[in-house]
Amino acid sequence: MNQFDAIDSGEEVTSDDYTPEIEPQATWCPGCGDYSVLKALKGAMSDLGRDPEEVLLVTGIGCSGKLNSYFDSYGFHAIHGRTLPLGRAAKMVNEDLEVVAAGGDGDGYGIGGNHFTHTARENHDMTYIVFNNEVFGLTKGQSSPTSPKGHKSKTQLRGVAKDPVRPMSLALSAGASFIARTAATNPKQAQEILVEAIEHDGFAHVDFLTQCPTWNKDGAQYVPYIDVQESDEYDFDVTDRREAAEMMHETEQALYDGKVLTGRYYVEKDRRTYQEEKQARDEMPESPVVGQYFDEEKEWERSYDRLDRHT
Amino acid sequence: MTQDELIWRIAGGSGDGIDSTSQNFTKALMRYGLHVYTHRHYPSRIRGGHTYVEVRASEEPVTSRGDGFNVLLALGDSFARNPSEGAVYGDEKTKPLFENLDELNEGGLIIYDTGVLEDEDVGDLETQARENDWHLYPIDLRAIAREHGRDVMRNTAGVGATAALLDMPLDPIQELMSEAMGGDILDANLAVLSDAYEHTNAEFEATHDLRIPKHDHDEEQVLLSASHGISYGAIDEGCRFVSGYPMTPWTDVFTILKREIEDLGGVAEQVEDEIAASMMAIGASHAGAKALTGSSGGGFSLMSESIGLAEMTETPLVMVEAQRAGPSTGMPTKTEQSDLEFVLSTSQGDSSRVVFAPGNVRESYEQTRLAFELAYKYQLPAIVLYDDMLTGEFRNLPRSFFDREANPDLGSVATEAELEDLPHDVGGRYERFRTEGDTDVNPRSLPGMRNGRFLATGNEHWPDGQIAEDTANRIKQMNRRVSKVEVVRDALAEQASPDTVVGDEDADFALLTWGSQKGVVEEAVRRLTESGHSIKALSVSQMAPLRTEEIADFLAGVEEALVVEMNATGQFKGLLQKEFGDYGDVLSSLLKYNGDPFEPAEIIEAVEIKQSGEGGDTSSETTLRPPAGDRS
Repeated sequence: MNQFDAIDSGEEVTSDDYTPEIEPQATWCPGCGDYSVLKALKGAMSDLGRDPEEVLLVTGIGCSGKLNSYFDSYGFHAIHGRTLPLGRAAKMVNEDLEVVAAGGDGDGYGIGGNHFTHTARENHDMTYIVFNNEVFGLTKGQSSPTSPKGHKSKTQLRGVAKDPVRPMSLALSAGASFIARTAATNPKQAQEILVEAIEHDGFAHVDFLTQCPTWNKDGAQYVPYIDVQESDEYDFDVTDRREAAEMMHETEQALYDGKVLTGRYYVEKDRRTYQEEKQARDEMPESPVVGQYFDEEKEWERSYDRLDRHT
Repeated sequence: MTQDELIWRIAGGSGDGIDSTSQNFTKALMRYGLHVYTHRHYPSRIRGGHTYVEVRASEEPVTSRGDGFNVLLALGDSFARNPSEGAVYGDEKTKPLFENLDELNEGGLIIYDTGVLEDEDVGDLETQARENDWHLYPIDLRAIAREHGRDVMRNTAGVGATAALLDMPLDPIQELMSEAMGGDILDANLAVLSDAYEHTNAEFEATHDLRIPKHDHDEEQVLLSASHGISYGAIDEGCRFVSGYPMTPWTDVFTILKREIEDLGGVAEQVEDEIAASMMAIGASHAGAKALTGSSGGGFSLMSESIGLAEMTETPLVMVEAQRAGPSTGMPTKTEQSDLEFVLSTSQGDSSRVVFAPGNVRESYEQTRLAFELAYKYQLPAIVLYDDMLTGEFRNLPRSFFDREANPDLGSVATEAELEDLPHDVGGRYERFRTEGDTDVNPRSLPGMRNGRFLATGNEHWPDGQIAEDTANRIKQMNRRVSKVEVVRDALAEQASPDTVVGDEDADFALLTWGSQKGVVEEAVRRLTESGHSIKALSVSQMAPLRTEEIADFLAGVEEALVVEMNATGQFKGLLQKEFGDYGDVLSSLLKYNGDPFEPAEIIEAVEIKQSGEGGDTSSETTLRPPAGDRS
């Protein structure tokens, strides 16, 4: 398919190739955790040698959605909570693309919760980064689905009455095949985890703890992290669903007690991606649908030849 | 009773095989050489309730359901569950007989299954029959079915009895059965069919006048609904991606396309909700496939924000909206044309789109193709708006109609070589949204293409897609997007109009309609003309951009015009008055919104009331609304 030369171009790529030469309209506050996600993602892409033009980055609305402005690839800044269906359809049409979706905790676990559940269950081959800063930033500080119980804000005057969402447990029960948590304060691990997530064949969910210096100064995200893979205290098998579930349960509770645990929590390597499942059922062609439109040899079937059952 | 056409109504409970039986019988009539048209009426439940399908067959082409009907095959509701004596809603089991009598024409035939409808249930049927000159044929269809197969085959027995009473040969029916089934089931059905045929001939002396008309098609015909027209139009445009969520009546298109597109090497997805369906269509289109999504009123509401996004990001998007009676969610299986205003303006912000409302199978095919062509060329949403009636309206048309070339062209996608020469910003991003002139529609690039990277965003943006709040740029970009409608209007003006005029062009009394009511209005005009009226009608299917000049020409010199549509608020009339302002005292409404489409006689009656100048109400289930007064 020479009309998609950017795909697997084999050219050397650096982080700078993802940096727009024209300074974007500044939208992130000084000290924002989102800069760390940006840096880690650029680093991961260059580690993997992905050409910016073979990458489609789909974002939602909010500060996280502005990631596209700072990241010079093909991009789609879509609608609040709706990144996943857009991204997975692009992947189904052209599975050679590297599709990454990114959004905030309100975007991913609130308004987009339904899409999160179903995209994970279908195991689409894509990466989903959720910027988790436990607060709505761009709308000026309201509580989010991951805000701690009791969190006070202008729209939660008496403190949030709900328990926070447990994103990794949710991803696991929904069916994601790669689940990790990393933190903005942990750039080296963040980049490594993103490399693994992008390389993973299946739905990779990365809960990325990011600090909001403006609206959530007290967040646990500022506390030094513990890497569950490097600590002797935590010994569990990341390929074992039950052990992973237990670790997530502990970790997600511990976060609100001020203890930040990060690392890989669940990795399932032998599960078919959704594309593979569909191909195994003859529901999807083996090569990208988009290629058909550029195949000059292809003979397009006409409805006229399919009318026998109606005569 | 007219003897040159048959309007056969088969009635029973949902699950009694009414749909499949009627389809086969319709096809048999088509193969026998007749022009056919079906009208489907069904309740929102899986089994039981009052369901019927009407089949109109004639030597002449048929464009509407007709007035009433002349043969009733009442099977009884075998799934009835509340036959308690004195139940408020009556005895469900006998509904298929009683509920249909109001519309049975004088001199009509009633074939009813005494195996399910017991004689004492039928009450004063004989008295009614005497008064209306109905001819009764009570037959134990269930017993015939049971003898050779199973109870459920009583619909086959009913078809056999129908054929016997109308002097129709069994071969086309037998032939179709042999194509559709095999083995013991086929043998049993064939035995039931011929036994019922012979039994009816032996048992009854036919006392009625109606006999099956005879005609021969001079070329091969196909039997299709507008849902097939839309689906095949999409396929011939190279649509290879469909996403949707089930909702009546959009499900018809969705199920046809699901099967066809997977078979053709594309991708078809049933997803978690309509929001996902519309976002997936945008994602697929953005990545380079021709994509379609759709829904019915309620589900289409959920797609609102996506439509705005497609417009703003200039992503081609083709959508189908199948209307039904009532918003969230009134009468799910009944028809209405009540989403026009909604579909014309769905979404936030200033927005532009193309909307077609095809009036029959041919138009649904042609206008879906046009919707794809426009959406991909001008990079905007194009919507095909139809309704429940058209999903159940099967008509014959020559197979040769579909003998056309496929068009897999993506419209305005540049090649990598072309992209290299197109303008880029200093950082190398492709200026996908540049604004040199006022009406630029720039070529698209697809993710994965060299030299094509850009940002698609719902926020206002610079030519390379970067988010921008610069006011001068905002005005330029907005002007460019809004003016696309004018570009499309000009492009469509070059093409033959899909809007059709019938009748006496000098008439000073006119009818206007849109979408599905085209056929019935045209039949009414034909019949009114035959009886000496001077009248003309315009059927509009290009709803946005509206062909205003054509409509103005049509209305010039018209003293009075009735706008015929299936909704309670006169939405199309409202649109005309918004466009023209000065027709306030000319346009009045003829509305029907009980869930059933118009019959020609209802329109004829309203015209006669209006033309007599005496005012008064229509006697049927339609409503006449006076003109709103000149508001210009």
